Amino acid sequence: MNKKQKTTLYRILISAALLIALAVTERLVELPTLLLFALYLIPYFVIGYDILRKAVKGIAKRQVFDENFLMAVATVGAILLGLFTNGQEGGFEEGVAVMLFYQIGELFQSVAVGKSRRNITALMDIRPDYANLVGEDGEISKEDPDDVEIGSLILVSPGEKVPIDGIVEEGTSTLNTAALTGESLPREIGEGEEIISGCINLSGVLKIRTTKEFGESTVSKILDLVENSSMKKSRSENFISKFARVYTPAVCYAALALAVLPPVVLLLAGYDPRFSTWIIRALTFLVISCPCALVISIPLSFFAGIGAASSNGILVKGSNYLEALSETGIAVFDKTGTLTEGVFRVTDICPAEGIDGADLLEIAALAESYSSHPISKSLKEALTEQNPDADLSPARTTDVEEIAGHGLKANVDGRKVAVGNAKLMKLLDLTVPTPEKAGTTVYVAEGGKYIGHILIADVEKQGAAEALKLLKKSGIRKNVMLTGDNEAVAKSVAERLGLDEYRAQLLPGDKVDEIERLLASKNPKEKLVFVGDGINDAPVLSRADIGIAMGAMGSDAAIEAADVVLMDDDPRRIALAMQISRKCLRIVHENIWFALGVKGICLILGALGIANMWVAVFADVGVMVIAVLNAVRCLSVKK
Amino acid sequence: MKKTYNIEVDCAACAQKMEDAANTVAGVIEATVSFMTQKMKVVFEEGADPAQVMPEVLKACKVVEDDCDIELE
Repeated sequence: MNKKQKTTLYRILISAALLIALAVTERLVELPTLLLFALYLIPYFVIGYDILRKAVKGIAKRQVFDENFLMAVATVGAILLGLFTNGQEGGFEEGVAVMLFYQIGELFQSVAVGKSRRNITALMDIRPDYANLVGEDGEISKEDPDDVEIGSLILVSPGEKVPIDGIVEEGTSTLNTAALTGESLPREIGEGEEIISGCINLSGVLKIRTTKEFGESTVSKILDLVENSSMKKSRSENFISKFARVYTPAVCYAALALAVLPPVVLLLAGYDPRFSTWIIRALTFLVISCPCALVISIPLSFFAGIGAASSNGILVKGSNYLEALSETGIAVFDKTGTLTEGVFRVTDICPAEGIDGADLLEIAALAESYSSHPISKSLKEALTEQNPDADLSPARTTDVEEIAGHGLKANVDGRKVAVGNAKLMKLLDLTVPTPEKAGTTVYVAEGGKYIGHILIADVEKQGAAEALKLLKKSGIRKNVMLTGDNEAVAKSVAERLGLDEYRAQLLPGDKVDEIERLLASKNPKEKLVFVGDGINDAPVLSRADIGIAMGAMGSDAAIEAADVVLMDDDPRRIALAMQISRKCLRIVHENIWFALGVKGICLILGALGIANMWVAVFADVGVMVIAVLNAVRCLSVKK
Repeated sequence: MKKTYNIEVDCAACAQKMEDAANTVAGVIEATVSFMTQKMKVVFEEGADPAQVMPEVLKACKVVEDDCDIELE
């Protein structure tokens, strides 16, 4: 609690004690009304002086109709009514109590909001306070990260945040990237590798040569993005602020009408007008009507939702995107780098009869060992994975003869082999089986005889299939994949991952057209999300209703172009983002309906005289407290 | 030109009022107030000097909400 809140707390305690003491005394001893009035004014002013002052100032500046005004009119009205009716209607007790509860509610709100604000900002607290600059003479000085120039040498000890992007010049260590990616597994880093700011150094001392200024570093960009996110307001927030602008004056006029019209009608009809009854009903009406519950809880929900997302490595650029995300009907994915690793791997080894698979792989890897082609790399990787002690020394391969567009012939350990595509096998007059699975096929022949083939393909990401299933479950109608790859590859990936549709052989420009077509086909109420890895995707990312860029660690372009940025490249985060947004919007709607519902009912009851001041206080303060507590639920994420 | 200022405001409704008020000041294209981060982002018109516009913004905000403040460097 800050100083202001503490003062309010003391005022609440003092006036509550006075109020109880007075209420008890009043019931035990008969006191003249005027004396009671004077006595009740003491706790009333203790608790309400600031509200009264603000209300008066508001009127002086022609800024009527705010909640201070509502409260001041309601309480002053109740007390005056008590004075004039000798305590028959309204009363001193109610007047003071309403003000007291209002202040309790305000205090609670300010403490709760302050606390969740701090919680959320703590989640996003990746701002480094200083950088240890290594001088020419090796001396270390603490500097403001803003003052460190590009190309400076900085030192990061274990436990410290990496303040600026750079390249490790000395030392090895493990990094905690949880603040950036939500991933708890530490990441290894060594000399010559790129390091991004915002990570926490865990084990060893690192010397880093900076490659960017602080303002251009990853950490600054992320902070900037998160801090600005609550500036982009959602439709719900805009609705509430417009609503409040119309609502408060409307309620005030309604209350005035309630105080004047019925008694006048009664009077004209010849009945007892009962002015005081109708005035007290109008005052009750005013207390109920305070829009605070909505005005505070809706932005708080979005803020908490965005906070929860950022702590899971999902950066949402604005409340509007969080809202739109929950309305997604079509999800479009780029294949390479998003659903698949974008790296070629050996996926299948098919030796001919009587041939050993390990032998086949070794021959192929060795024959291709001179090439720098990605296929050669993946063969070598597969070999070392299978047999870490495999001897890959170049001396084993001799007499390499490349046949462009076909493959190569070579001498491996004295065995004459040919390794290449189907065309090479045709050239050698060999008949080979057609592989059933999609991918690039490497055929191997030895001594003029076919001995098997190896399949190399871009592998699906772990969790891609699960992510798509989760998305379906959270309400996505259609999952579509776009790719520049050929039909066979696209088809097999789409089938295995369970995509509803796919489009193959697209040139980069075709992707935008495809998005246009999908946008035209969707229902007017649903949104289209495009997920890409941020490389060459910028036009598509900006054309879609919501662009999600994956694996943003270090890619500025992706952070700029997308509306939602996933810090690592796990596709399951898309589903998580969707869950967070749906939960947040559900809570927002709950709060809107709950607050409007309770207030609506109480307003009717109040106008009919069934609800008294105490009900009114609940309808105002109680609803707000519940709405704020509900909003804070947006912070927690089920994994 | 865009600039962000730290502000002090107690309630969300008051923040909304500050935003409305700031948007009426000459030289301001768009002002957005975030109650949650206690920040005000102002987009200034071409050629407008923030040093001259911002005191006006503060004045306008004080009219609608007495209990607020904007940190002007």
